[in-house]
Amino acid sequence: MSAELDNLYQEIILDHYKNPHHKGLRDPFEAQVHHVNPTCGDEVTLRVHLSDGVVEDVSYDSVGCSISQASASVLTDLVIGKPVDEAMTIHQTFLELMQGKGQVEPDEDVLEDGIAFAGVAKFPARVKCALLSWMAWKDATTQAQATDEGETA
Amino acid sequence: MEGLLPDLDVIRKDFPILERTLAGGQPLVYLDSANTSQKPQVVIDTMVDHLERHNANIARAMHQLGAESTEAYEGARDKVATFLNARSRNEVIFTKNATEALNLLARTIDLGPGDNVVITEMEHHSNIVSWQLACERSGAELRWFGLTDGGELDLSNADQLVDEHTKVVAFTWVSNMLGTINPVVDLVARARAFGALSVIDASQAAPQLPVDVQAVDCDFLVFTGHKVCGPTGIGVLWGREELLNELPPFHGGGEMIETVTMARSTYAKAPHRFEAGTPPIVEAVGLGAAVDYLGHIGLDAIHRHEQTITAYALDGLQSVPGVTVLGPLDATQRGGAISFELDGVHPHDIAQVLDSRGVAVRAGHHCAKPAHARFGVQSTTRMSSYLYTTPAEIDALIEALHHTRSYFKVG
Ligand SMILES: Cc1ncc(COP(=O)(O)O)c(C=O)c1O
Repeated sequence: MSAELDNLYQEIILDHYKNPHHKGLRDPFEAQVHHVNPTCGDEVTLRVHLSDGVVEDVSYDSVGCSISQASASVLTDLVIGKPVDEAMTIHQTFLELMQGKGQVEPDEDVLEDGIAFAGVAKFPARVKCALLSWMAWKDATTQAQATDEGETA
Repeated sequence: MEGLLPDLDVIRKDFPILERTLAGGQPLVYLDSANTSQKPQVVIDTMVDHLERHNANIARAMHQLGAESTEAYEGARDKVATFLNARSRNEVIFTKNATEALNLLARTIDLGPGDNVVITEMEHHSNIVSWQLACERSGAELRWFGLTDGGELDLSNADQLVDEHTKVVAFTWVSNMLGTINPVVDLVARARAFGALSVIDASQAAPQLPVDVQAVDCDFLVFTGHKVCGPTGIGVLWGREELLNELPPFHGGGEMIETVTMARSTYAKAPHRFEAGTPPIVEAVGLGAAVDYLGHIGLDAIHRHEQTITAYALDGLQSVPGVTVLGPLDATQRGGAISFELDGVHPHDIAQVLDSRGVAVRAGHHCAKPAHARFGVQSTTRMSSYLYTTPAEIDALIEALHHTRSYFKVG
Protein backbone atom coordinates (compact mmCIF):
# COMPACT_ATOMS: atom_id res chain seq x y z
CA MET A 1 0.00 0.00 0.00
CA SER A 2 2.82 2.32 0.90
CA ALA A 3 4.44 1.57 -2.47
CA GLU A 4 1.23 2.68 -4.20
CA LEU A 5 1.31 5.83 -2.13
CA ASP A 6 4.93 6.53 -3.08
CA ASN A 7 3.92 5.98 -6.67
CA LEU A 8 1.29 8.70 -6.29
CA TYR A 9 3.42 11.12 -4.34
CA GLN A 10 6.55 11.06 -6.47
CA GLU A 11 9.44 13.18 -5.20
CA ILE A 12 9.01 15.44 -8.26
CA ILE A 13 5.41 16.15 -7.30
CA LEU A 14 6.30 16.97 -3.71
CA ASP A 15 9.11 19.27 -4.92
CA HIS A 16 6.78 21.20 -7.20
CA TYR A 17 4.24 21.36 -4.37
CA LYS A 18 6.77 22.85 -1.95
CA ASN A 19 8.29 25.20 -4.55
CA PRO A 20 5.75 25.92 -7.27
CA HIS A 21 7.04 27.51 -10.47
CA HIS A 22 5.54 30.63 -12.06
CA LYS A 23 3.00 31.05 -9.27
CA GLY A 24 1.21 34.39 -8.80
CA LEU A 25 -0.95 36.46 -11.14
CA ARG A 26 0.88 38.65 -13.66
CA ASP A 27 0.16 41.21 -16.36
CA PRO A 28 -0.28 41.34 -19.27
CA PHE A 29 -2.88 38.72 -20.11
CA GLU A 30 -5.65 38.33 -22.66
CA ALA A 31 -7.82 35.89 -20.71
CA GLN A 32 -8.38 34.97 -17.09
CA VAL A 33 -10.48 32.04 -15.90
CA HIS A 34 -11.50 30.66 -12.54
CA HIS A 35 -12.00 26.92 -12.26
CA VAL A 36 -13.25 24.96 -9.27
CA ASN A 37 -13.35 21.30 -8.43
CA PRO A 38 -16.86 21.21 -6.95
CA THR A 39 -16.36 18.00 -5.01
CA CYS A 40 -13.40 19.15 -2.95
CA GLY A 41 -13.36 22.91 -3.43
CA ASP A 42 -9.89 23.18 -4.99
CA GLU A 43 -9.71 26.41 -6.97
CA VAL A 44 -7.45 28.03 -9.53
CA THR A 45 -7.46 31.48 -11.11
CA LEU A 46 -5.32 31.37 -14.22
CA ARG A 47 -4.20 33.94 -16.79
CA VAL A 48 -2.81 33.40 -20.25
CA HIS A 49 -0.74 35.83 -22.27
CA LEU A 50 -0.29 34.96 -25.95
CA SER A 51 1.70 36.80 -28.54
CA ASP A 52 2.15 35.86 -32.19
CA GLY A 53 0.82 32.39 -31.57
CA VAL A 54 3.20 31.73 -28.70
CA VAL A 55 2.32 31.16 -25.04
CA GLU A 56 4.25 34.08 -23.55
CA ASP A 57 3.10 33.62 -19.98
CA VAL A 58 0.81 31.55 -17.79
CA SER A 59 0.27 32.89 -14.29
CA TYR A 60 -1.99 31.52 -11.60
CA ASP A 61 -3.18 31.68 -8.05
CA SER A 62 -4.55 28.52 -6.54
CA VAL A 63 -5.55 26.67 -3.41
CA GLY A 64 -5.63 22.92 -3.30
CA CYS A 65 -3.89 19.66 -2.61
CA SER A 66 -0.34 18.69 -3.50
CA ILE A 67 -1.43 17.04 -6.75
CA SER A 68 -3.37 20.05 -8.04
CA GLN A 69 -0.66 22.51 -7.00
CA ALA A 70 2.20 20.50 -8.47
CA SER A 71 0.33 19.94 -11.68
CA ALA A 72 -0.19 23.70 -12.18
CA SER A 73 3.52 24.22 -11.65
CA VAL A 74 4.46 21.51 -14.16
CA LEU A 75 1.92 22.86 -16.65
CA THR A 76 3.54 26.28 -16.68
CA ASP A 77 7.01 24.78 -17.11
CA LEU A 78 5.78 22.83 -20.12
CA VAL A 79 3.75 25.42 -22.01
CA ILE A 80 5.40 28.79 -21.39
CA GLY A 81 7.44 29.76 -24.45
CA LYS A 82 5.87 27.11 -26.69
CA PRO A 83 3.78 27.81 -29.81
CA VAL A 84 0.11 27.41 -28.93
CA ASP A 85 -0.28 24.40 -31.26
CA GLU A 86 2.56 22.55 -29.59
CA ALA A 87 1.25 23.47 -26.14
CA MET A 88 -2.14 22.07 -27.10
CA THR A 89 -0.48 18.82 -28.15
CA ILE A 90 1.26 18.62 -24.78
CA HIS A 91 -2.11 19.23 -23.14
CA GLN A 92 -3.61 16.37 -25.13
CA THR A 93 -0.76 14.04 -24.19
CA PHE A 94 -1.14 14.87 -20.51
CA LEU A 95 -4.90 14.37 -20.72
CA GLU A 96 -4.44 10.95 -22.30
CA LEU A 97 -1.97 9.98 -19.59
CA MET A 98 -4.38 11.04 -16.84
CA GLN A 99 -7.36 9.32 -18.40
CA GLY A 100 -5.39 6.17 -19.15
CA LYS A 101 -6.21 4.41 -15.85
CA GLY A 102 -2.50 3.78 -15.38
CA GLN A 103 -2.20 1.85 -18.67
CA VAL A 104 -0.55 4.63 -20.69
CA GLU A 105 3.26 4.76 -20.88
CA PRO A 106 4.23 8.41 -20.33
CA ASP A 107 6.42 10.10 -22.94
CA GLU A 108 9.21 11.88 -21.08
CA ASP A 109 10.29 13.82 -24.17
CA VAL A 110 6.91 15.54 -24.30
CA LEU A 111 5.90 15.63 -20.65
CA GLU A 112 9.23 16.04 -18.83
CA ASP A 113 8.38 16.36 -15.09
CA GLY A 114 4.78 15.61 -16.06
CA ILE A 115 5.58 11.92 -16.22
CA ALA A 116 5.56 11.92 -12.43
CA PHE A 117 1.78 12.09 -12.64
CA ALA A 118 1.54 8.64 -14.22
CA GLY A 119 0.82 7.22 -10.76
CA VAL A 120 -2.08 9.61 -10.23
CA ALA A 121 -3.96 7.99 -13.11
CA LYS A 122 -4.45 4.93 -10.88
CA PHE A 123 -6.37 6.98 -8.33
CA PRO A 124 -9.62 8.01 -10.06
CA ALA A 125 -10.53 10.45 -7.27
CA ARG A 126 -7.30 12.36 -7.83
CA VAL A 127 -7.34 12.64 -11.63
CA LYS A 128 -9.54 15.72 -11.36
CA CYS A 129 -7.00 17.31 -9.02
CA ALA A 130 -4.25 16.83 -11.58
CA LEU A 131 -6.38 18.16 -14.42
CA LEU A 132 -7.78 21.25 -12.72
CA SER A 133 -5.19 23.76 -13.91
CA TRP A 134 -4.79 22.05 -17.29
CA MET A 135 -8.48 22.45 -18.02
CA ALA A 136 -8.31 26.05 -16.85
CA TRP A 137 -5.34 26.67 -19.13
CA LYS A 138 -7.10 25.24 -22.17
CA ASP A 139 -10.20 27.31 -21.45
CA ALA A 140 -8.18 30.52 -21.01
CA THR A 141 -6.06 29.84 -24.07
CA THR A 142 -9.10 29.28 -26.27
CA GLN A 143 -10.53 32.58 -25.04
CA ALA A 144 -7.21 34.37 -25.51
CA GLN A 145 -6.90 33.01 -29.04
CA ALA A 146 -10.27 34.48 -29.90
CA THR A 147 -9.02 37.87 -28.67
CA ASP A 148 -5.65 37.40 -30.32
CA GLU A 149 -7.23 36.61 -33.69
CA GLY A 150 -9.69 39.46 -33.26
CA GLU A 151 -6.78 41.86 -32.88
CA THR A 152 -4.63 40.62 -35.74
CA ALA A 153 -7.56 40.38 -38.12
CA MET B 1 -13.64 3.32 29.12
CA GLU B 2 -16.71 4.68 30.88
CA GLY B 3 -19.62 5.58 28.58
CA LEU B 4 -18.99 3.19 25.70
CA LEU B 5 -21.81 0.91 24.62
CA PRO B 6 -21.60 -2.14 26.89
CA ASP B 7 -21.74 -4.71 24.10
CA LEU B 8 -19.56 -2.91 21.61
CA ASP B 9 -17.97 -6.09 20.27
CA VAL B 10 -21.41 -7.66 19.81
CA ILE B 11 -22.68 -4.52 18.07
CA ARG B 12 -19.70 -4.54 15.73
CA LYS B 13 -20.60 -8.10 14.72
CA ASP B 14 -23.97 -6.74 13.56
CA PHE B 15 -22.16 -4.80 10.82
CA PRO B 16 -20.65 -7.29 8.36
CA ILE B 17 -18.67 -4.65 6.47
CA LEU B 18 -16.56 -3.90 9.53
CA GLU B 19 -14.90 -7.26 9.10
CA ARG B 20 -13.60 -6.69 5.62
CA THR B 21 -10.05 -5.78 4.85
CA LEU B 22 -8.79 -3.30 2.29
CA ALA B 23 -5.89 -3.34 -0.16
CA GLY B 24 -2.77 -4.74 1.42
CA GLY B 25 -4.78 -6.60 4.06
CA GLN B 26 -5.43 -3.44 6.07
CA PRO B 27 -8.41 -3.69 8.40
CA LEU B 28 -11.12 -1.10 7.73
CA VAL B 29 -11.25 1.83 10.14
CA TYR B 30 -14.46 3.51 9.06
CA LEU B 31 -14.59 7.09 10.33
CA ASP B 32 -16.96 8.52 7.74
CA SER B 33 -20.34 7.78 9.32
CA ALA B 34 -21.55 11.37 9.12
CA ASN B 35 -21.31 10.90 5.38
CA THR B 36 -23.17 7.61 5.45
CA SER B 37 -23.47 5.00 8.17
CA GLN B 38 -22.81 1.31 7.73
CA LYS B 39 -25.73 -1.12 7.69
CA PRO B 40 -26.44 -3.82 10.27
CA GLN B 41 -27.26 -7.35 9.16
CA VAL B 42 -30.89 -6.95 10.28
CA VAL B 43 -31.43 -4.13 7.77
CA ILE B 44 -29.79 -6.08 4.98
CA ASP B 45 -31.78 -9.23 5.84
CA THR B 46 -35.08 -7.37 6.11
CA MET B 47 -34.59 -5.85 2.68
CA VAL B 48 -33.52 -9.12 1.08
CA ASP B 49 -36.45 -10.93 2.69
CA HIS B 50 -38.85 -8.33 1.36
CA LEU B 51 -37.49 -8.67 -2.16
CA GLU B 52 -37.36 -12.46 -2.00
CA ARG B 53 -40.75 -13.08 -0.41
CA HIS B 54 -43.07 -10.07 -0.32
CA ASN B 55 -42.30 -7.93 -3.32
CA ALA B 56 -45.31 -6.24 -4.91
CA ASN B 57 -46.46 -2.71 -5.47
CA ILE B 58 -48.27 -1.14 -2.54
CA ALA B 59 -51.78 0.18 -2.08
CA ARG B 60 -52.88 -0.78 -5.59
CA ALA B 61 -52.30 -4.53 -5.81
CA MET B 62 -55.37 -6.59 -4.88
CA HIS B 63 -53.51 -9.75 -4.02
CA GLN B 64 -51.75 -11.31 -1.06
CA LEU B 65 -48.30 -10.08 -1.95
CA GLY B 66 -49.69 -6.59 -2.44
CA ALA B 67 -51.22 -6.72 1.02
CA GLU B 68 -47.96 -7.96 2.56
CA SER B 69 -45.91 -5.33 0.81
CA THR B 70 -48.33 -2.56 1.83
CA GLU B 71 -48.27 -3.80 5.40
CA ALA B 72 -44.47 -3.78 5.45
CA TYR B 73 -44.30 -0.27 3.97
CA GLU B 74 -46.93 1.16 6.29
CA GLY B 75 -45.36 -0.74 9.19
CA ALA B 76 -42.14 1.16 8.46
CA ARG B 77 -44.11 4.39 8.78
CA ASP B 78 -45.28 3.29 12.24
CA LYS B 79 -41.71 2.52 13.25
CA VAL B 80 -40.51 5.95 12.13
CA ALA B 81 -43.42 7.57 13.96
CA THR B 82 -42.32 5.78 17.14
CA PHE B 83 -38.68 6.74 16.52
CA LEU B 84 -39.68 10.43 16.37
CA ASN B 85 -42.39 10.18 19.03
CA ALA B 86 -44.85 11.59 16.49
CA ARG B 87 -48.46 12.14 17.54
CA SER B 88 -49.74 10.34 14.47
CA ARG B 89 -48.38 8.05 11.77
CA ASN B 90 -49.95 10.44 9.23
CA GLU B 91 -47.25 12.93 10.08
CA VAL B 92 -44.51 10.75 8.59
CA ILE B 93 -43.84 11.25 4.88
CA PHE B 94 -41.33 9.16 3.02
CA THR B 95 -39.09 11.06 0.63
CA LYS B 96 -35.97 10.16 -1.33
CA ASN B 97 -33.64 11.76 1.25
CA ALA B 98 -33.34 14.80 3.51
CA THR B 99 -32.59 16.98 0.51
CA GLU B 100 -35.90 16.11 -1.12
CA ALA B 101 -37.77 16.67 2.15
CA LEU B 102 -36.26 20.16 2.48
CA ASN B 103 -37.02 20.97 -1.15
CA LEU B 104 -40.58 19.78 -0.66
CA LEU B 105 -41.02 22.33 2.12
CA ALA B 106 -39.23 25.12 0.26
CA ARG B 107 -41.47 24.46 -2.76
CA THR B 108 -44.80 24.23 -0.97
CA ILE B 109 -44.66 26.77 1.88
CA ASP B 110 -46.26 29.96 0.63
CA LEU B 111 -43.80 32.87 0.44
CA GLY B 112 -44.03 36.27 -1.17
CA PRO B 113 -42.40 39.70 -1.37
CA GLY B 114 -42.05 41.23 2.07
CA ASP B 115 -41.68 37.82 3.74
CA ASN B 116 -38.36 36.53 4.98
CA VAL B 117 -36.77 33.14 5.61
CA VAL B 118 -34.09 32.77 8.28
CA ILE B 119 -31.43 30.04 8.05
CA THR B 120 -27.94 29.72 9.53
CA GLU B 121 -24.39 29.90 8.25
CA MET B 122 -23.70 26.32 9.36
CA GLU B 123 -26.32 24.65 7.16
CA HIS B 124 -25.67 21.82 4.76
CA HIS B 125 -26.10 23.06 1.18
CA SER B 126 -29.48 21.30 1.01
CA ASN B 127 -30.86 23.65 3.68
CA ILE B 128 -29.35 26.70 1.98
CA VAL B 129 -29.87 26.28 -1.73
CA SER B 130 -33.48 25.08 -1.45
CA TRP B 131 -34.38 28.30 0.43
CA GLN B 132 -32.31 30.46 -1.92
CA LEU B 133 -34.37 29.05 -4.79
CA ALA B 134 -37.62 29.61 -2.88
CA CYS B 135 -36.66 33.22 -2.17
CA GLU B 136 -35.61 33.87 -5.76
CA ARG B 137 -38.90 32.47 -6.96
CA SER B 138 -41.13 34.29 -4.50
CA GLY B 139 -39.33 37.56 -3.87
CA ALA B 140 -38.93 36.75 -0.17
CA GLU B 141 -35.76 37.80 1.62
CA LEU B 142 -33.17 35.28 2.84
CA ARG B 143 -31.51 36.00 6.18
CA TRP B 144 -29.16 33.95 8.30
CA PHE B 145 -27.65 33.59 11.73
CA GLY B 146 -23.87 33.98 11.69
CA LEU B 147 -21.45 31.89 13.74
CA THR B 148 -19.20 32.70 16.68
CA ASP B 149 -15.48 31.97 16.55
CA GLY B 150 -16.16 28.92 18.71
CA GLY B 151 -18.52 27.51 16.09
CA GLU B 152 -21.81 28.21 17.87
CA LEU B 153 -24.75 30.09 16.39
CA ASP B 154 -24.36 33.81 16.97
CA LEU B 155 -27.71 34.76 18.47
CA SER B 156 -26.71 38.32 19.39
CA ASN B 157 -28.79 39.82 16.56
CA ALA B 158 -31.60 37.27 16.76
CA ASP B 159 -34.13 39.97 17.58
CA GLN B 160 -33.38 41.74 14.31
CA LEU B 161 -33.28 38.59 12.22
CA VAL B 162 -36.53 36.96 13.22
CA ASP B 163 -39.40 39.42 13.02
CA GLU B 164 -43.10 39.59 12.22
CA HIS B 165 -42.34 39.11 8.50
CA THR B 166 -40.48 35.85 9.10
CA LYS B 167 -42.31 32.91 7.56
CA VAL B 168 -39.76 30.16 8.09
CA VAL B 169 -36.84 29.58 10.45
CA ALA B 170 -34.85 26.59 9.16
CA PHE B 171 -31.80 25.24 10.97
CA THR B 172 -29.76 22.16 11.57
CA TRP B 173 -29.93 20.39 14.92
CA VAL B 174 -26.36 19.12 14.72
CA SER B 175 -23.82 20.58 12.29
CA ASN B 176 -22.27 18.10 9.88
CA MET B 177 -19.09 20.16 9.75
CA LEU B 178 -18.59 21.79 13.16
CA GLY B 179 -20.40 19.16 15.18
CA THR B 180 -22.23 21.93 17.06
CA ILE B 181 -25.50 20.97 18.75
CA ASN B 182 -27.89 23.90 18.36
CA PRO B 183 -30.45 25.13 20.95
CA VAL B 184 -33.37 23.80 18.92
CA VAL B 185 -36.04 24.30 21.59
CA ASP B 186 -35.14 28.00 21.90
CA LEU B 187 -35.06 28.48 18.14
CA VAL B 188 -38.45 26.83 17.72
CA ALA B 189 -39.91 29.07 20.44
CA ARG B 190 -38.42 32.16 18.81
CA ALA B 191 -39.96 31.23 15.46
CA ARG B 192 -43.33 30.52 17.01
CA ALA B 193 -43.32 33.84 18.88
CA PHE B 194 -43.46 35.56 15.48
CA GLY B 195 -45.83 33.09 13.86
CA ALA B 196 -43.07 31.61 11.71
CA LEU B 197 -42.79 27.92 10.86
CA SER B 198 -39.80 26.05 12.28
CA VAL B 199 -37.97 23.53 10.09
CA ILE B 200 -35.32 21.34 11.70
CA ASP B 201 -32.72 19.47 9.69
CA ALA B 202 -32.13 16.43 11.91
CA SER B 203 -29.92 14.58 9.40
CA GLN B 204 -27.00 14.51 11.84
CA ALA B 205 -29.10 14.48 15.02
CA ALA B 206 -31.34 11.50 14.29
CA PRO B 207 -28.40 9.05 14.12
CA GLN B 208 -26.95 9.97 17.47
CA LEU B 209 -29.40 11.51 19.90
CA PRO B 210 -33.03 11.02 20.91
CA VAL B 211 -35.32 13.02 18.60
CA ASP B 212 -38.71 13.74 20.13
CA VAL B 213 -40.77 16.04 17.92
CA GLN B 214 -43.32 16.65 20.65
CA ALA B 215 -40.69 17.67 23.18
CA VAL B 216 -38.97 19.96 20.68
CA ASP B 217 -42.39 21.18 19.56
CA CYS B 218 -41.22 22.09 16.06
CA ASP B 219 -43.41 22.35 12.97
CA PHE B 220 -41.35 20.31 10.52
CA LEU B 221 -38.32 18.03 10.83
CA VAL B 222 -36.38 16.06 8.24
CA PHE B 223 -33.75 13.35 8.29
CA THR B 224 -32.15 10.98 5.83
CA GLY B 225 -32.29 7.18 6.03
CA HIS B 226 -28.75 6.29 5.10
CA LYS B 227 -27.21 8.04 8.10
CA VAL B 228 -29.34 6.11 10.62
CA CYS B 229 -28.16 2.67 9.48
CA GLY B 230 -30.84 2.52 6.78
CA PRO B 231 -30.37 2.29 3.03
CA THR B 232 -29.92 5.16 0.59
CA GLY B 233 -32.91 6.37 -1.42
CA ILE B 234 -35.17 6.98 1.56
CA GLY B 235 -35.66 10.01 3.78
CA VAL B 236 -38.33 11.39 6.07
CA LEU B 237 -40.30 14.56 6.33
CA TRP B 238 -42.19 14.85 9.60
CA GLY B 239 -44.69 17.68 9.99
CA ARG B 240 -47.65 18.61 12.17
CA GLU B 241 -50.63 16.94 10.61
CA GLU B 242 -52.74 20.08 10.32
CA LEU B 243 -49.86 21.97 8.69
CA LEU B 244 -49.16 19.18 6.23
CA ASN B 245 -52.78 19.14 5.16
CA GLU B 246 -52.66 22.87 4.49
CA LEU B 247 -49.67 22.63 2.16
CA PRO B 248 -50.33 22.22 -1.55
CA PRO B 249 -49.10 19.00 -3.19
CA PHE B 250 -45.46 18.80 -4.28
CA HIS B 251 -45.43 16.20 -7.05
CA GLY B 252 -48.52 15.19 -8.96
CA GLY B 253 -49.20 11.56 -9.82
CA GLY B 254 -50.59 8.29 -8.61
CA GLU B 255 -51.37 7.70 -4.93
CA MET B 256 -51.53 11.38 -4.00
CA ILE B 257 -55.04 12.02 -5.29
CA GLU B 258 -58.55 11.71 -4.01
CA THR B 259 -60.14 11.90 -7.42
CA VAL B 260 -59.00 12.96 -10.89
CA THR B 261 -60.98 14.33 -13.82
CA MET B 262 -59.48 15.79 -16.98
CA ALA B 263 -60.06 19.31 -15.72
CA ARG B 264 -58.94 19.03 -12.10
CA SER B 265 -58.11 16.78 -9.18
CA THR B 266 -58.54 16.75 -5.47
CA TYR B 267 -55.77 15.54 -3.26
CA ALA B 268 -55.37 12.93 -0.59
CA LYS B 269 -54.43 13.98 2.90
CA ALA B 270 -50.97 13.54 4.38
CA PRO B 271 -48.98 11.39 4.16
CA HIS B 272 -50.15 10.16 0.75
CA ARG B 273 -50.60 13.72 -0.51
CA PHE B 274 -46.82 13.95 -0.66
CA GLU B 275 -46.00 10.45 -1.85
CA ALA B 276 -46.81 10.58 -5.54
CA GLY B 277 -45.94 7.52 -7.59
CA THR B 278 -44.51 4.19 -6.49
CA PRO B 279 -42.35 4.98 -3.47
CA PRO B 280 -39.01 3.37 -2.55
CA ILE B 281 -40.79 0.45 -0.88
CA VAL B 282 -37.94 -1.82 0.09
CA GLU B 283 -35.89 1.19 1.18
CA ALA B 284 -38.69 2.28 3.51
CA VAL B 285 -38.91 -1.24 4.89
CA GLY B 286 -35.14 -1.18 5.45
CA LEU B 287 -35.39 2.16 7.21
CA GLY B 288 -38.08 0.76 9.48
CA ALA B 289 -35.73 -2.05 10.48
CA ALA B 290 -32.92 0.46 11.01
CA VAL B 291 -34.80 2.76 13.38
CA ASP B 292 -36.07 -0.30 15.23
CA TYR B 293 -32.47 -1.45 15.62
CA LEU B 294 -31.37 1.95 16.97
CA GLY B 295 -34.37 2.10 19.27
CA HIS B 296 -33.52 -1.33 20.60
CA ILE B 297 -29.99 -0.26 21.53
CA GLY B 298 -31.35 3.04 22.82
CA LEU B 299 -30.59 6.52 21.55
CA ASP B 300 -29.49 7.65 25.01
CA ALA B 301 -26.88 4.91 25.12
CA ILE B 302 -25.78 5.69 21.55
CA HIS B 303 -25.48 9.38 22.43
CA ARG B 304 -23.33 8.56 25.46
CA HIS B 305 -21.13 6.33 23.30
CA GLU B 306 -20.71 9.06 20.69
CA GLN B 307 -19.78 11.63 23.30
CA THR B 308 -17.26 9.28 24.88
CA ILE B 309 -15.62 8.51 21.55
CA THR B 310 -15.73 12.18 20.55
CA ALA B 311 -14.02 13.27 23.78
CA TYR B 312 -11.36 10.63 23.24
CA ALA B 313 -10.87 11.73 19.63
CA LEU B 314 -10.64 15.42 20.57
CA ASP B 315 -7.91 14.56 23.09
CA GLY B 316 -6.09 12.47 20.54
CA LEU B 317 -6.28 15.12 17.83
CA GLN B 318 -4.90 17.71 20.18
CA SER B 319 -1.85 15.54 20.74
CA VAL B 320 -0.91 15.80 17.06
CA PRO B 321 1.27 18.88 16.42
CA GLY B 322 -0.26 21.29 13.91
CA VAL B 323 -3.83 20.02 14.25
CA THR B 324 -6.59 22.62 14.64
CA VAL B 325 -10.12 21.43 15.36
CA LEU B 326 -13.01 23.56 14.09
CA GLY B 327 -16.11 23.87 16.22
CA PRO B 328 -16.72 23.29 19.94
CA LEU B 329 -13.93 21.57 21.84
CA ASP B 330 -16.20 20.30 24.60
CA ALA B 331 -17.49 16.86 23.66
CA THR B 332 -20.68 17.33 25.65
CA GLN B 333 -21.60 20.28 23.40
CA ARG B 334 -21.14 18.60 20.07
CA GLY B 335 -21.91 15.66 17.84
CA GLY B 336 -19.54 13.02 16.57
CA ALA B 337 -18.27 14.74 13.42
CA ILE B 338 -14.92 16.46 13.94
CA SER B 339 -13.46 18.62 11.17
CA PHE B 340 -9.84 19.62 11.50
CA GLU B 341 -6.86 21.09 9.73
CA LEU B 342 -3.30 19.81 9.81
CA ASP B 343 -0.68 22.48 9.21
CA GLY B 344 1.19 22.05 5.95
CA VAL B 345 -0.85 19.17 4.53
CA HIS B 346 -3.94 19.56 2.39
CA PRO B 347 -7.04 17.55 3.45
CA HIS B 348 -6.96 15.59 0.20
CA ASP B 349 -3.45 14.49 0.87
CA ILE B 350 -4.28 13.63 4.48
CA ALA B 351 -7.25 11.52 3.41
CA GLN B 352 -5.10 9.75 0.83
CA VAL B 353 -2.39 8.79 3.29
CA LEU B 354 -5.01 7.74 5.84
CA ASP B 355 -6.73 5.61 3.22
CA SER B 356 -3.48 3.81 2.49
CA ARG B 357 -3.67 2.69 6.14
CA GLY B 358 -7.31 1.69 5.93
CA VAL B 359 -8.60 4.79 7.73
CA ALA B 360 -11.62 6.20 5.85
CA VAL B 361 -12.37 9.89 6.48
CA ARG B 362 -13.86 12.68 4.39
CA ALA B 363 -11.87 15.55 2.92
CA GLY B 364 -13.35 18.65 1.33
CA HIS B 365 -16.06 21.14 2.21
CA HIS B 366 -18.63 18.50 3.34
CA CYS B 367 -21.41 20.38 1.50
CA ALA B 368 -20.96 23.27 3.94
CA LYS B 369 -18.97 25.81 1.93
CA PRO B 370 -20.33 28.88 3.76
CA ALA B 371 -19.35 27.43 7.14
CA HIS B 372 -15.85 26.78 5.81
CA ALA B 373 -15.65 30.30 4.40
CA ARG B 374 -16.71 31.67 7.80
CA PHE B 375 -13.57 30.16 9.30
CA GLY B 376 -11.40 31.17 6.37
CA VAL B 377 -10.68 27.63 5.27
CA GLN B 378 -11.25 26.11 1.89
CA SER B 379 -11.57 22.53 3.03
CA THR B 380 -11.02 20.33 6.05
CA THR B 381 -10.56 16.70 6.96
CA ARG B 382 -13.47 15.21 8.88
CA MET B 383 -13.56 12.12 11.06
CA SER B 384 -16.96 10.93 12.18
CA SER B 385 -17.73 8.08 14.52
CA TYR B 386 -20.84 6.06 15.21
CA LEU B 387 -22.19 3.43 17.55
CA TYR B 388 -19.72 0.84 16.22
CA THR B 389 -16.60 3.01 16.61
CA THR B 390 -13.97 1.82 19.09
CA PRO B 391 -11.23 3.75 20.92
CA ALA B 392 -8.72 1.56 19.07
CA GLU B 393 -9.99 3.00 15.79
CA ILE B 394 -9.39 6.51 17.09
CA ASP B 395 -5.86 5.40 18.05
CA ALA B 396 -5.39 4.20 14.46
CA LEU B 397 -6.48 7.59 13.16
CA ILE B 398 -4.12 9.49 15.45
CA GLU B 399 -1.21 7.24 14.57
CA ALA B 400 -2.00 7.65 10.86
CA LEU B 401 -1.98 11.45 11.30
CA HIS B 402 1.48 11.28 12.88
CA HIS B 403 2.53 9.18 9.93
CA THR B 404 1.03 11.75 7.53
CA ARG B 405 3.15 14.48 9.07
CA SER B 406 6.30 12.52 8.64
CA TYR B 407 5.32 11.44 5.12
CA PHE B 408 4.93 15.06 4.05
CA LYS B 409 7.94 16.07 6.14
CA VAL B 410 6.15 18.75 8.13
CA GLY B 411 7.35 19.83 11.57
C1 LIG C 1 -26.89 18.23 8.12
C2 LIG C 1 -27.23 17.56 6.82
N1 LIG C 1 -28.33 17.93 6.16
C3 LIG C 1 -28.70 17.34 5.02
C4 LIG C 1 -27.95 16.33 4.46
C5 LIG C 1 -28.41 15.77 3.15
O1 LIG C 1 -28.67 14.42 3.18
P1 LIG C 1 -29.03 13.69 1.83
O2 LIG C 1 -27.88 13.93 0.91
O3 LIG C 1 -29.16 12.25 2.19
O4 LIG C 1 -30.28 14.29 1.32
C6 LIG C 1 -26.80 15.91 5.11
C7 LIG C 1 -25.95 14.82 4.56
O5 LIG C 1 -25.07 14.94 3.80
C8 LIG C 1 -26.42 16.55 6.31
O6 LIG C 1 -25.30 16.20 6.95
